[in-house]
Amino acid sequence: MANRKDPMGIGLQVLNRIASMPAIDRLGLRRTTEKAVYHGTKSGFQTVGAVNRTFKQVRSSGKPTRLARTKDSGVFDLSPTEDQQMIVEVITDFANEVLRPGAEAAEASNDTPKEVLAQTCEFGLTLLNIPDALGGLSEDRSAVTGVLVAEALAAGDMGQAVACLAPAAVATALSLWGSAEQQETYLPAFASEDIPTAALTIAEPRVLFDPFVLETTATKTADGYTLNGLKSAVVRGAEAELFIVGANLEGNGPALFIIESNTKGITIESDPSMGLRAAGLSRLVLKDVKVPAIALLGEGSADDYRECVRLSRLAWASLALGTGRAVLDYVSEYVKGRTAFGEPIANRQSVAFMVANIAIELEGMRLVTYKAASRAEQGLDFSREVALARRLASEYGMKIGTDGVQLLGGHGFVKEHPVERWYRDLRAVGVMEGTLLV
Amino acid sequence: MINLETPRKFRAFVDQAHKVADNFLRTNSRKYDRAEHTYPKELDMLASLVDGMSASGQGQGAGAAGVRRGDIEDDAPSAKGVGGVKNGANMSSLLSIIEMCWGDVGLLLTMPRQGLGNSAIASVATDEQLERYKGTWAAMAITEPSTGSDSGAITTTATKDGDHYVLNGEKIFVTSGDRADSVVVWATLDKSLGRAAIKSFLVTKDTPGIRVERLEHKLGIRASDTAVIVLDNCRVHESNLLGSADVDPKEGFAGAMATFDNTRPLVAGMAIGCARASLELIRELFEEAGVEIDYDKPAQAQSYAAATFIAMEADWEAALLLTLEAAWLADNRKPNSMEASMAKAKAGRVGNDITLRCVELASTLGYSEHSFLEKWSRDSKILDIFEGTQQIQQLIVARRLLNLSSAELR
Repeated sequence: MANRKDPMGIGLQVLNRIASMPAIDRLGLRRTTEKAVYHGTKSGFQTVGAVNRTFKQVRSSGKPTRLARTKDSGVFDLSPTEDQQMIVEVITDFANEVLRPGAEAAEASNDTPKEVLAQTCEFGLTLLNIPDALGGLSEDRSAVTGVLVAEALAAGDMGQAVACLAPAAVATALSLWGSAEQQETYLPAFASEDIPTAALTIAEPRVLFDPFVLETTATKTADGYTLNGLKSAVVRGAEAELFIVGANLEGNGPALFIIESNTKGITIESDPSMGLRAAGLSRLVLKDVKVPAIALLGEGSADDYRECVRLSRLAWASLALGTGRAVLDYVSEYVKGRTAFGEPIANRQSVAFMVANIAIELEGMRLVTYKAASRAEQGLDFSREVALARRLASEYGMKIGTDGVQLLGGHGFVKEHPVERWYRDLRAVGVMEGTLLV
Repeated sequence: MINLETPRKFRAFVDQAHKVADNFLRTNSRKYDRAEHTYPKELDMLASLVDGMSASGQGQGAGAAGVRRGDIEDDAPSAKGVGGVKNGANMSSLLSIIEMCWGDVGLLLTMPRQGLGNSAIASVATDEQLERYKGTWAAMAITEPSTGSDSGAITTTATKDGDHYVLNGEKIFVTSGDRADSVVVWATLDKSLGRAAIKSFLVTKDTPGIRVERLEHKLGIRASDTAVIVLDNCRVHESNLLGSADVDPKEGFAGAMATFDNTRPLVAGMAIGCARASLELIRELFEEAGVEIDYDKPAQAQSYAAATFIAMEADWEAALLLTLEAAWLADNRKPNSMEASMAKAKAGRVGNDITLRCVELASTLGYSEHSFLEKWSRDSKILDIFEGTQQIQQLIVARRLLNLSSAELR
């Protein structure tokens, strides 16, 4: 599939994929399917890893395929490319027509419907950062496209967006840092019709967590590594067939390991949290998990790991942009429709200024996030910009969430309106490490 | 293609502006903060240099000169990207002002021939007027003792008398009102006709009937003179009316207000430049004190000082990019009224917050005149006030966003 050579055609390819789907499939998604309540509602429910797929190990001595850097245009420009505009348009429709109406049901079932996940696979979300030569859609690195896609999805529903994007994070990690052997072993599945459920996990559940100081350990053995520890923010852990796990490699520092879900010693615990419930958040318990030498992603370099942490923070900031936009649009309508003391509450400065500030801070964090992404894809140092984007997304993302509820008053506190869900989802942004990549 | 780096073509020019700011402005900063109302003669040479650069098309707006929208096409230097995206004079003026205000806000404001009145002339004057007023240093007189933000309520009158107008009223907060050689005065032709009747007039200072009443003593930007100007039966020729003399209720105030879409990002740029000075200095002081700032380590796992620095820098960066966005929109002839106000609101409050926080972080060292931190925290306050206060910017943003009229959202 996707043996196209023109890197400018990504948007068209995405459109084509959607156009080729039976219309009934798209419409069918609008109706929320009755769904058995996922076992994840019960905190601490345990299961072993999913066992429905084995990846055939490929031996390769070649060089890994890497995406090229985007060239510096030299011009300050805020307009997305035509490709990016097309992708965003498609995803925005999907977010409005499918994710938003289905958000409540997805949250109640603590999972994202299979149909929704299948649909985003059809869009080619996992392919965006897989090189052309390996069946993906890209020749150039496009972190900006990743940001725009995450933003557009989260404008529909952050929880489902996280579930949809989680496998793409694993594919992106393999593309960016995997060896030729790892790429050839795992990436074809992500470019296939049947995309594996997969999760990247760096977070560990403890106070003042620092992703550069991991308690999960990887010890070198004669023929590979043994991992022990507890990871969190694992998306749809019980369903995942492949994990990429951050662990402290003794004598080396933090590194990423590829672990197939049927490996012995893995336990998944459901970890229902205040929000993002549609992402089926889980913990991954690693007890004497033995993996072969090929499991260490790339060369296990500190630079790769650092880049992974930065790109994941960028992805979370992007989600805050989308959900922040949802809040802004929702409260703008609400304050104009709600009357008190004989006129719309929007006519009061104390109300109107809150809305204005939501818009101002949202635009500020959007621009800083875009700048970080554009530096990333151009191969420039983007550590500073990521830190700033994360700070803004965490601080003002949450401020937007809480103001969204405040503007609706008591009505914001009840589930009749989505603002209380956005409030819970937005708290995740400054908390999360890993999980997603752009 | 989304790219938020400084345009390549402006990079050398920004470096140059930075050196100028360091050598001419920063060097004289404390001197004129102490000697309020003393003319900073060092600027005369700099102003000539700026004039020369403008004439040769090498540097756009090293001062506060306005941008004439129709001229953008011809402005050099400009950079064109894919799809004809332009980086033009609005952006280069902004970048220049940021550098200058890193040097000193007050001195930038008193740059000869770069007054706010010059911005108004550049924005609304006819070609003939533009030629006639070439080389003038024009201050701007809008505010009156009882009308600040409510500039539609001004009471200074312009009464037609033959082919002249007779101006009467009192203007306050006129930046460079003493040093400039002309003043753009806002006056009403007929108070009963409301905002549409407000026009601006160029009055040269040698015109009988205009006088500087006194100079203010201020919290900050002391290098810049702030005058009270009285107009007492001051007669100006009708050709000194800027723009159209027609009182068109539809056009109304919009024309006059449109100037702000170009100038608000520039004032935001002043706040950004001033705050950057504070951020740079506090970072140096932190380094001397052994405070480490790590962009990868979670802020909550770092020292309070480091986390505060990152938080300040984040707000600063947001303000910078909002302001660049407003200038970029103007350069590409897209509406930017809301973005200009967003930029001014964010930069105004962030500039003030950052400079004050840096004083706090530096303890008594920051509070004393031994460092510039205390000065910058005084200078920054005005930037959240003039060219539209924080609250006025929020009002504009809210009205646009919620599509409410000024009668609905007052």
